[in-house]
Amino acid sequence: MNVVVRIDAAELHYTPLNRMVRAAVRDGEKEIVIDNVLGQRFIADGLVGEVVITVNGVPGGDLGMFMRGPMLVVHGNADHAPGNTMDGGTIVIHGSAGDAAAHSMRGGKVFVRDDVGYRGGIHMKEYEEKHPCLVVGGTARSYLGEYMAGGIVLLLRLGETGPFVERGIASGIHGGEVYVRGEVDPGCLAVGAKVLPFEEAHRERIRPLIEEFCRYFGNDPAPLIVADYTRIGPASARPFAGKYTWE
Amino acid sequence: MCGIISVVDRAGNLMDGSKIKLALSLMDERGSGEGAGYAAYGIYPEHADCYALHVFFDNIIEARAAVEALLRAWGTIVHDEEIPTCDQPNLKKVHTPWRYFFKPDAALMSGSSSSEEEIVTSLVMKVNTTVPGALIYSSGKNVGVFKAAGWPEEVADFYRIQDYRGYIWLAHNRYPTNTRGWWGGAHPFNLLDWSVIHNGEITSYGTNRRYIESFGYRCTMLTDTEVVAYLVDLLARRHGLDEELTVRALAPPFWDEIDAMPEKEQNLNRAIRLAYGSAMMNGPFAIVVATHKGIVGFTDRIKLRPMVAAEKGDRLYISSEEAAIRRMEPDLDRVWMPRAGEPVIGRVY
Amino acid sequence: MAIGSIPLRYQISIDRDRCMECGRCVENCPYGTFRREGDRIVIDSRNCTACHRCIAMCPRDAITLTEHPCDYRSHPIWTRDARESIYNQARTGKIILAGMGSTQSLPPIFDQILLDACQVTNPSIDPLREPMELRTYIGKKPSRLTLRRREDGDVDLETELSPNLKLDTPIMIGHMSYGAISLNAQLALAKGAQASGTFLGTGEGGMHPAIFPYQDNMIVQVASGRFGVDVDYLNRGAAIEIKIGQGAKPGIGGHLPGEKVCADVSCTRMIPLGSDAISPAPHHDIYSIEDLAQLVRSLKEATEWKKPVFVKIAAVHNVAAIAAGIARSSADAVVVDGFRGGTGAAPKIFRDNVGIPIEAAVSAVDQKLRAQGVRNEISVIASGGLRNAADVTKAIALGADAVYIGTAALVAMGCRVCGNCYRNLCPWGIATQRPDLVSRLNPDLEGEHVANLIHAWTMEVSELMGAAGINAIESLRGNRDRLRGYMLDEGMLKVLDVKPAGA
Repeated sequence: MNVVVRIDAAELHYTPLNRMVRAAVRDGEKEIVIDNVLGQRFIADGLVGEVVITVNGVPGGDLGMFMRGPMLVVHGNADHAPGNTMDGGTIVIHGSAGDAAAHSMRGGKVFVRDDVGYRGGIHMKEYEEKHPCLVVGGTARSYLGEYMAGGIVLLLRLGETGPFVERGIASGIHGGEVYVRGEVDPGCLAVGAKVLPFEEAHRERIRPLIEEFCRYFGNDPAPLIVADYTRIGPASARPFAGKYTWE
Repeated sequence: MCGIISVVDRAGNLMDGSKIKLALSLMDERGSGEGAGYAAYGIYPEHADCYALHVFFDNIIEARAAVEALLRAWGTIVHDEEIPTCDQPNLKKVHTPWRYFFKPDAALMSGSSSSEEEIVTSLVMKVNTTVPGALIYSSGKNVGVFKAAGWPEEVADFYRIQDYRGYIWLAHNRYPTNTRGWWGGAHPFNLLDWSVIHNGEITSYGTNRRYIESFGYRCTMLTDTEVVAYLVDLLARRHGLDEELTVRALAPPFWDEIDAMPEKEQNLNRAIRLAYGSAMMNGPFAIVVATHKGIVGFTDRIKLRPMVAAEKGDRLYISSEEAAIRRMEPDLDRVWMPRAGEPVIGRVY
Repeated sequence: MAIGSIPLRYQISIDRDRCMECGRCVENCPYGTFRREGDRIVIDSRNCTACHRCIAMCPRDAITLTEHPCDYRSHPIWTRDARESIYNQARTGKIILAGMGSTQSLPPIFDQILLDACQVTNPSIDPLREPMELRTYIGKKPSRLTLRRREDGDVDLETELSPNLKLDTPIMIGHMSYGAISLNAQLALAKGAQASGTFLGTGEGGMHPAIFPYQDNMIVQVASGRFGVDVDYLNRGAAIEIKIGQGAKPGIGGHLPGEKVCADVSCTRMIPLGSDAISPAPHHDIYSIEDLAQLVRSLKEATEWKKPVFVKIAAVHNVAAIAAGIARSSADAVVVDGFRGGTGAAPKIFRDNVGIPIEAAVSAVDQKLRAQGVRNEISVIASGGLRNAADVTKAIALGADAVYIGTAALVAMGCRVCGNCYRNLCPWGIATQRPDLVSRLNPDLEGEHVANLIHAWTMEVSELMGAAGINAIESLRGNRDRLRGYMLDEGMLKVLDVKPAGA
């Protein structure tokens, strides 16, 4: 029998909230619903395990930080840096996310139905089987994929037409790829970033992400799969090597 | 350094301070319990034509006498009283907050188009730099600042801000580093009609302060936010720039953006950067500036501090966190993240 | 512009009468200063870095080294360094990087502070015979206690103590990452720290499994690149340190060049093989003091509030106010790194011009924290160019709870401070990942040397304390009355809160 643990977070500080979540996970619970979330930071911070946590409300910053394994489903907008330094697992946000979404994420996936703020996917990095992905249904602000060292940022721009015009895309990128549906204004590519060819192999690479996105949010994957994307990657794995000389 | 929230009712309907207290308290994490404050417009309808001067007195003998002598020399004290407070377990009345409803005598400062304001400005500067134990921290018409060293809820209860009703509220939760427990260092900062709340640190403060002091302002609050109030006063009141252009001068476009503009716009923006280069604010900030006409929120050019805006009917909200806005109004019509350097303007109709 | 080759920096010569042509110099020099041609050893002095490996390994003391054998026309402004930097930049158009700490000839303030000793009015204490307590706890201390005496006379302590690190000596070893230094070097430091009852930082490089046996003596670092950081790593450390800045290069990030990212470094940092490991200048989740508080708390939440969290900052102008902000953040210790601190590589212009000395910084921090009534909220760790036990003692008297040493510990392992750490050719096996060079460093032996150094300094600190009539380190901490300034100006004496000699 599938029992769902419910936690009422109204007026509850994040530390006791996280303690309750940890205790439930330790007890082997597989499904937790947290209601009335309003501004609590660090939900599922450092949490390890296989569990689905539904967050109803507007959580505070650093949702799922250092997390490895759980799936968080947020019904509301996430604040600053959901998926910060996350190691594994999935975050699904039925809403938008603040600045620095998926900051320094090493593994796992973050799906955002609407928009992300500035510096989405900043310094995401990959390692062996760990391959972080940030998928955004709407649009993103400047410095998307800044300092990126691995993984995939996929920007679907649902409902958007015309070229993507935001400053400093992939500034200092030295690994990984940014996919933007449609054209990207060339003036918005930052130092170290380069438009790379988008071929069938790349379409196949993002197809499962598109399908997973559409599964969560009920969109039709077909037009997104066949759409044109601009693929951006590092001009060099050593973006700053040319800046220095030795004494 | 801090958390901010502001609301304007564009139809001018009054709101009491109970909800903004809850909203600010939700962001206690952003502060350290050593400074919080509220400002509200529309709270003194019975003295709407007077400048409401809020003063912290270290003692109400010499300091008060000195302030009152200055006020009487420059105009009329229509009414004055101690601002009612209610000691909290961790917040005692270490300064006595006092308010004066003051009418300057414009004839004493002839040759200026805004002589009343000039008198009040110079009185504020004079008291704050020369009268020991007195600090004027609020000086506009029908507006008042209520601030102290404590947690947001303590400061709210200390002043019983639920008893005030305004159509614009600003609130700020402070995380101080340099000046612990100094009431004057808490936000909002106010001068005349301008009130400012600020999250961040202005790395150009040394440049901005020297610039603004060359126009006769004196920075006395030992913090970078004060300079914002004076810069806005200079640009918007004295130089007549509108809200949008004032914000443009404070957080201008990058040169590469200007270079890509059509010629006329290019010339305008180049001129703004050339003329107001020393007024440009650098470093991380999210700021809300208010006047009796409304509020303007904006962030630094590269969005180093968070800012969320939301609307519900006539009300426009600006805050560091959406959750705080939802503490005031759970059911919002629209929530958005404004762009860096772009003003969010809430004008009273 | 044609620029000729610059004069030799170092000249090596071999006393041919003493040389037995054993070739150890050829084998030992990774820079190619020596080569054998027939039965003769030929020298190319231009390759020399003054690492002294050849001199140390020569069985006959046949090698000598001269610095700047041919100098430029002397000039007070246009020094050799000024001129050569220009030649370099005219040729390359680039930012100059350099290794090790600042080479600015600014006098260390430590050398102008003198320690006190007892005469007549109170007795000095002989640490050989009398108890001498150097045990140091790093972490939050309660500012007051809530106690309850029960009817049976027992006293209940109702105040809950925060987790603290227990040190047998106030000397800790700072953060030098695996990647910047070799695994053998880090192992040696770990062995030395464990043997000395103290702690060592991982640096921003993750923790290699070989270090796991020493994890109870390790402080794990979380820096802006978040390299090697996951929840296991956080739980492994005795404490967690957030690195904001470094004394040698305040305000800028760092990067480990791809060529130093070998398979092992890649695993430990959790990054792809051969890719650059770039640490951005700020943490991109910290743009303000309340963001720092948030990162501190996120680390505490992730480790269920069981680990002390340190925050390391470079000593910059406003260091005292910044430390006061950190003290309000749930952090347990602040590490202040002075501008003379070491580094594997830093832009020269930063290393030599940005930041302030540790002596002034630690004193300002201690005074500010006391003035604001938050000194017990946080421990203060001083670092950046501490060279001997007197520096340690003076730093503590200026207000530090403990110190980090870095370069000194490397010197204990053979480092000659040649400043070529960034070349991956360290002949002492310290700042290199080249297996043949790394194998030169024996972790057991060098671990012993590190432990010896800490032991010796700890004894000297005890002696200095004893001479001052102090038998517990708490009584030295912030005790500026036992310091005097010598030839320091009034402004500096005020910053240090120290009286001039004779006063």
